[in-house]
Amino acid sequence: MSIRHGLLALLEHGPRYGSQLRTEFESRTGATWPLNVGQVYTTLGRLERDGLVGQSGEDGAGHALYAITDAGRAELRTWFEKPVDRTSPARDELAIKLAMAVGAPGVDIRAVIQSQRRHTVKAMQDYTRLKAQALAALEDTASRERDDVAWLLVLEQLIFQTEAEARWLDHCESRLIRLSATAVAPAPSDTASASAAVEPGHGPGAPHAPGAGAGGGGEAGGSGGRRGARAGGRGR
Amino acid sequence: MTTPLAAQPVLRLQNLTRVHGSGATEVHALRGIDLDVHPGELVAVMGPSGSGKSTLLTIAGGLDAPTSGQVIVEGTDITTAGLKELAALRRRSIGYVFQDYNLIPALTAAENVSLPRELDGMSARKARVEALAALEEMGLGHLADRFPDEMSGGQQQRVAIARALVGDRRLVLADEPTGALDSETGESVLALLRSRCDAGAAGVLVTHEPRFAAWADRVVFLRDGAIVDQTVRSEADSLLTGRVADA
Repeated sequence: MSIRHGLLALLEHGPRYGSQLRTEFESRTGATWPLNVGQVYTTLGRLERDGLVGQSGEDGAGHALYAITDAGRAELRTWFEKPVDRTSPARDELAIKLAMAVGAPGVDIRAVIQSQRRHTVKAMQDYTRLKAQALAALEDTASRERDDVAWLLVLEQLIFQTEAEARWLDHCESRLIRLSATAVAPAPSDTASASAAVEPGHGPGAPHAPGAGAGGGGEAGGSGGRRGARAGGRGR
Repeated sequence: MTTPLAAQPVLRLQNLTRVHGSGATEVHALRGIDLDVHPGELVAVMGPSGSGKSTLLTIAGGLDAPTSGQVIVEGTDITTAGLKELAALRRRSIGYVFQDYNLIPALTAAENVSLPRELDGMSARKARVEALAALEEMGLGHLADRFPDEMSGGQQQRVAIARALVGDRRLVLADEPTGALDSETGESVLALLRSRCDAGAAGVLVTHEPRFAAWADRVVFLRDGAIVDQTVRSEADSLLTGRVADA
């Protein structure tokens, strides 16, 4: 896991003690993923058990120092060389929430999307402000501090990630509008809700969320074929 | 009103509606928009195509008239202003930035920036001095004597921002200013727009790119001609607080 390899990467610069590793990890990543000292020592214990680090005496102040071993260096090289696995994605709460919101009774899926969009764009604004500060700091000091550069990369990763999410939310909304416009067409009894679904002027904030209602209705009504095809197409 | 001058919005849209066509083909492009933009504030307007973003901007800039409602720029309602007054307001108070830069090809960067001031009756020499100062302040001094076709898209767009804000103008309306730029260059254009707003200008940015909208203080979401939601800038840097404290 990332803490394990993060610590190994820091130890490659020379022996360190626990709280020093924690400070360095956080200043490199802008405290985006705070560590507690307990986690650091637990991880060091495991690394030691696996022969990737070893204790190497104490510093002047009596801190127990850890040093990377040859096996640890080899492990670190492998980590840098191997891509991070993206084929078994971590559970994503938002994706699960939207999946559950499709056709859920009493849930306005467009409102769910909009409230997430507001939150996500807001987070992007905050990250962007921090990024502007980080860029200004890098311009001020001609020296490229390693930690400042690393922090900028982490921040930009957060911006790209939130951007992807905002775009995906936009896509979900237009996808739902398009589907609700077409899905109900064959069933004349559903026409009323279909036209309500595509009626402009009902923003996501509108209390009677036509998009969600009609989408759900279409699924329950005569579109079993589409549903079956979709489930089959997904393949797992 | 007892509101102090500084707190008055540079741009105020009140209950703005715009209807295109009539009868069966009637389209409500804007439905009751209220929006204030204060000095020092950059507001981004986001929404899918057809949501009314560009209509909002052209009406805010006096290029199109609303069906009803008010557009107040620096305290003057431009919807009731006479043609002459409107033209003067557009020249003196409102700057535009378009997707395709719209610099005049036969003029250098400095001449493009000084043009609105000369049109306003300023002497060519004084206008040039002012333009050079504006370009210098925005880190574009080295481009002063270049023609548009000797500049990159990003450079042209930054010159266009300088032109939009030269003189006393402090309202800049930007319609997809990054639309024709690669993402890194787009970023530098946004950084300039942001810094002009930090220096006291009021900006409205229409974009469909969340990453560029994120440079704004406030993001307004438009759907079917109405504002359905907006973000508010956090006062405390609630995010990643550990880092912010020592930044």
